[in-house]
Amino acid sequence: MKYYSTLIFELSKKGKRAFSMPALDVAPVEADILGSPLRSDLPLPEVSENELMRHYVNMSQGNYHIDGGFYPLGSCTMKYNPKINEDISRMHQLTDIHPLQPEETIQGTLQLLYELQKDLCTVAGMDAMTLQPAAGAHGELAGLMMIKSYHEKNREYERVKIIIPDSAHGTNPATASMVGFELVEIKSDENGLVDLDDLKKHLDEKVAGLMLTNPSTLGLFETHVREIADLVHDAGGLLYYDGANMNAIMGKARPGDMGFDVMHFNIHKTFSTPHGGGGPGAGPVGVKKILEPFLPVPRIEKEGEKYLLNGDYPDSIGKLRSFYGNYGVLLRAYAYIRSMGPDGLRESSEHAVLNANYLMNLLKDEYDLPHDLTCMHEFVLAGLKNPGDATTLDVAKRLLDYGFHPPTVYFPLIVREALMIEPTESESMQTLESFATAMKSIAKEAIESPELLKTAPSTTPTGRIDEVFAARSVILTYDDLLAFEEKQRE
Amino acid sequence: MIHRYIPKGDGEKEKMLETIGLTCMDDLFADIPDELRLKEPLDIPPAMSEIELLRHARKLGEKNSSLSTMTSFLGAGVYDHFVPLIIDHIISRSEFYTAYTPYQPEISQGTLQAIFEYQTLICRLTGMDISNASMYDGASAAAEALLIALSDKRKSDNVLISEGVHPQTLRVIRTYLHYRNVDIRVVPLKEGKTDLNAAKELVDEKTAGMLVQNPNFFGTLDDVSSFSEFCSDNKMVSVLSVDPISLALLEAPGKLGIDLVVGDGQSLGNGHNFGGPHFGFLAVKKKYMRKIPGRLVGISRDTNGKRAYVLTLQAREQHIRRHRATSNICSNMSLNALTASIYLNTLGKSGFREVASQSLSKAHYLYNGLLKTGAFQEVDSSPFFKEFRLKYNGCVGHLLRELRKRNILGGVDLGEYGHEGEILVAVTEKRTKEEMDQYIACVKEASA
Repeated sequence: MKYYSTLIFELSKKGKRAFSMPALDVAPVEADILGSPLRSDLPLPEVSENELMRHYVNMSQGNYHIDGGFYPLGSCTMKYNPKINEDISRMHQLTDIHPLQPEETIQGTLQLLYELQKDLCTVAGMDAMTLQPAAGAHGELAGLMMIKSYHEKNREYERVKIIIPDSAHGTNPATASMVGFELVEIKSDENGLVDLDDLKKHLDEKVAGLMLTNPSTLGLFETHVREIADLVHDAGGLLYYDGANMNAIMGKARPGDMGFDVMHFNIHKTFSTPHGGGGPGAGPVGVKKILEPFLPVPRIEKEGEKYLLNGDYPDSIGKLRSFYGNYGVLLRAYAYIRSMGPDGLRESSEHAVLNANYLMNLLKDEYDLPHDLTCMHEFVLAGLKNPGDATTLDVAKRLLDYGFHPPTVYFPLIVREALMIEPTESESMQTLESFATAMKSIAKEAIESPELLKTAPSTTPTGRIDEVFAARSVILTYDDLLAFEEKQRE
Repeated sequence: MIHRYIPKGDGEKEKMLETIGLTCMDDLFADIPDELRLKEPLDIPPAMSEIELLRHARKLGEKNSSLSTMTSFLGAGVYDHFVPLIIDHIISRSEFYTAYTPYQPEISQGTLQAIFEYQTLICRLTGMDISNASMYDGASAAAEALLIALSDKRKSDNVLISEGVHPQTLRVIRTYLHYRNVDIRVVPLKEGKTDLNAAKELVDEKTAGMLVQNPNFFGTLDDVSSFSEFCSDNKMVSVLSVDPISLALLEAPGKLGIDLVVGDGQSLGNGHNFGGPHFGFLAVKKKYMRKIPGRLVGISRDTNGKRAYVLTLQAREQHIRRHRATSNICSNMSLNALTASIYLNTLGKSGFREVASQSLSKAHYLYNGLLKTGAFQEVDSSPFFKEFRLKYNGCVGHLLRELRKRNILGGVDLGEYGHEGEILVAVTEKRTKEEMDQYIACVKEASA
């Protein structure tokens, strides 16, 4: 990796250009015709094409990435991004499609999406699927809206509570608030699973539903999931499944069979689509029959041999996107499912779980393992056994010096000094062992030469970055930077 | 035979199982109660090899008629602007597209710098102070902007939305706001502009904000200054949804007093992709800094005092603030926002203006050409930018079918949006005089 921080605005020189355009072949029309206030200055950079390419290549070299190395990020499922998926997502006949083209001109696309809905239903054990949500959190939004509409349809307006375990992803409570629900947080038991007694206390006529991640964010399967589902259903609530950890159970078990009524997938986790430095993802949502009338519109359906978009569902929650979802991402997921087949998907989950258990076993002597059980696709360590002064943050930053991306840190919130590790099926035994060697070596350094941890990283493009300075000075644009520097000079 | 995406050699699986004291893969899943364990393979088609899958995908593609073979005058939010080739070369770099969210800034400087440049570009186009790292699309950006407005005014319970806002955006807003018990009041258009006299009748002390789209869904331009004045007179937040390309020519909304600017970024170098992924932008004046949803990148320094980029002001976000977060957004459209930055940097000061003014000139060429055929009438005489609507003397559906026979996608039938007999036509810099003359000739034939 390399250090490069020059901004495009600093490279700009008047008169340079990186574009070419054909001459205008009709009579020019002046912008005055717009009858609106016009801009006197357009402050965009001026660079040549080759400088532009070099700028971005240099910039890219400041990035760690999955094609270059291991990302043991818990709950993020950083698996390999297959290359055929990229090629298929660039096939012009599949992608140069306007969303408002007539249905008869997009039969291939609709067929593909229809098949994807069906396959996702099969993996989930659900009855119907929408592909519209743009990401996992957007899927959660769709799911909770459907739960709310369901209760409103039944005239149970007093159902305003959503129950969420304290181990949940931050998006769960944030989504509940966005949909106007009241949040009830329940405790985890000593094994990090739902505390049934605490759950029972909150089950009353005000419960709208429960959101659950299974396996939990601790990487443990809720063995009492059927009992939990029965309890919630008996109280008149519905069950939402956060699909962030679906990579643990493909072809092994299904949320639909566990009693969940609605769930989202994180396509960019489970189905191998690239993270793109923070998106785009996709968050399809599957439902049982009882929630089907509430799915977002339009729905992709098949009538005889013809595929169509059907918006005629009066009870639908409505639209969540301008059009039909992140098709470019869904195309990749389709290619992935077709590449894997039923056996490949099951083996992916099996090897993801095998890798997690193997790595957990390699690390448990030096790191505190609060739940020493067979884990699913991920596990959570509570920092070093003998930390000295070293924190989990120090361990994470020191890992950078060993050339590894650190695990997810300080999450879930119920484990102190948490290091949440998810190796995925994409890693070899050799990679897991090198990672464990690095982690063990850091454990030794924490005792013998703790300054190595405190001053880490030292081999990365930048040293540890001052986050407080960023939050105080609030330099969010190049123009802020110029103003800040001006002030410094004064 | 093991799948090529699972890197295990002979005997390794067994060795690993043995190390952890297990004998078979199913032992790993012992915590799943037996009655929940799948006994049969998933009922999905068997695995395909690369050769088979490519062939299969091509066959699906052949069932489409794509823009590779058709000339598009479709718009309504997704436009056929040219995508400079350099973009795909850059976003195809593994360092960009296979990187995770930049939570570890020391090894994510590339992504962070890209977002910082994006924030600057969006702020310069819109005249706002702060842009986040991107939203899902223009519609959800508009919905979240209204949520900012609602949170900014205590006890507010309604918003005003101009009839000129894209109907799909309005539908998405209805979905988002329904669950918050917010009343949506639609302000009609009058001669192509939002009727602020009508808005006066609808506004009250509980109105949080108002959304106007410029150019509007029908392509015509609104009076942004009067709109922002109306909002500040009524102590509510003004939200303007814009076509970013139009900002090459039009004054930055921030200079006209607008509080929040949103829009869809598809036009900025993102392909059609059947409507997604594109991205939405959301930019605000400084006073809304603590209310903006999503990620923000700021400049800081490392231990050696070197310039470094880092995610900042994260206390607004769901992973820190949980149910008190400004939004639940987590993943956004980072790679599409990067695409937009590359697009703006490629075209730069003069190229971006050229794209806008060629689109403007060509749209007017076609508009005048179509009027001259005698088959169309003006709906109103308001100025338009790159998209316009006309009233057709015959059946719009029939005309569009005739055009399609000649591989022309002639536009959007506005009958589907309650404007029977009207057509919405978009023209970008990519269209040629020859293509537009073909369109005009076809109209003459179809209407003869």
